[in-house]
Amino acid sequence: MNFDKELDARGLNCPLPILRCKKSLNEMTSGLVLKVVSTDPGSVKDFAAFAKQTGNELLSSAEAGGEYTFFIKKK
Amino acid sequence: MDDQKKLAIIATKGTLDWAYPPFILASTAAALGYETQIFFTFYGLQMLRKDLSCLKVSPLGNPGMPMKMPFGPKWFKGINWNIPNAVQSLVPGYESVATALMKQTIKNNGVASIPELRELCQEAEVKFIACQMTVELFGFEHSDFIDGVEYGGAATFFEFAGETDICLFI
Repeated sequence: MNFDKELDARGLNCPLPILRCKKSLNEMTSGLVLKVVSTDPGSVKDFAAFAKQTGNELLSSAEAGGEYTFFIKKK
Repeated sequence: MDDQKKLAIIATKGTLDWAYPPFILASTAAALGYETQIFFTFYGLQMLRKDLSCLKVSPLGNPGMPMKMPFGPKWFKGINWNIPNAVQSLVPGYESVATALMKQTIKNNGVASIPELRELCQEAEVKFIACQMTVELFGFEHSDFIDGVEYGGAATFFEFAGETDICLFI
């Protein structure tokens, strides 16, 4: 999937992946896509909840080899 | 913005472990778009001090706290050191050692430090209000605390809390 910016949240634990994601989105313009890679298993539900509450669109959420990858489109 | 959600937290604890819930919830709420305030009162004032080394963790009389080592091989890290209260209370510096071990565990797990979380809250415009009555009661000076703190009382808290969607006492 194409993305405009990448955030490496590996090794970070709750709530840092969400806070860093929010910060990255703040620096982006509407419609751009942010890729986030995390190793926190809790982030799967958290990113879905974050997207739902903020209106940013979670385009995809996937797990591979203990890493979780999210693509988020800025509102 | 009238439809913006609001969260108010009353933070009353002054230990390292209990400094986490208010700052984690406040910073996350701010990231989710909530207007957020924390009212710090009694021991919670410790969390606003410039020097946060006052925040410690005490395993004494806290049976819920696992005592595990943050270093060594896996089998060693898995041991829960069940040290009797009587021993804990007699050993000088026990809390400082437990605090140092806890801070290492926090770091090993990629969990943010309290100074970092507090800064993230401030960046996200979480409003900090210190209870003026307890500031005086405990003999603190405003200069003991970080910049950006407002001082007020119970009525100040209710002015915001009365309009919130979520209100927590921690």
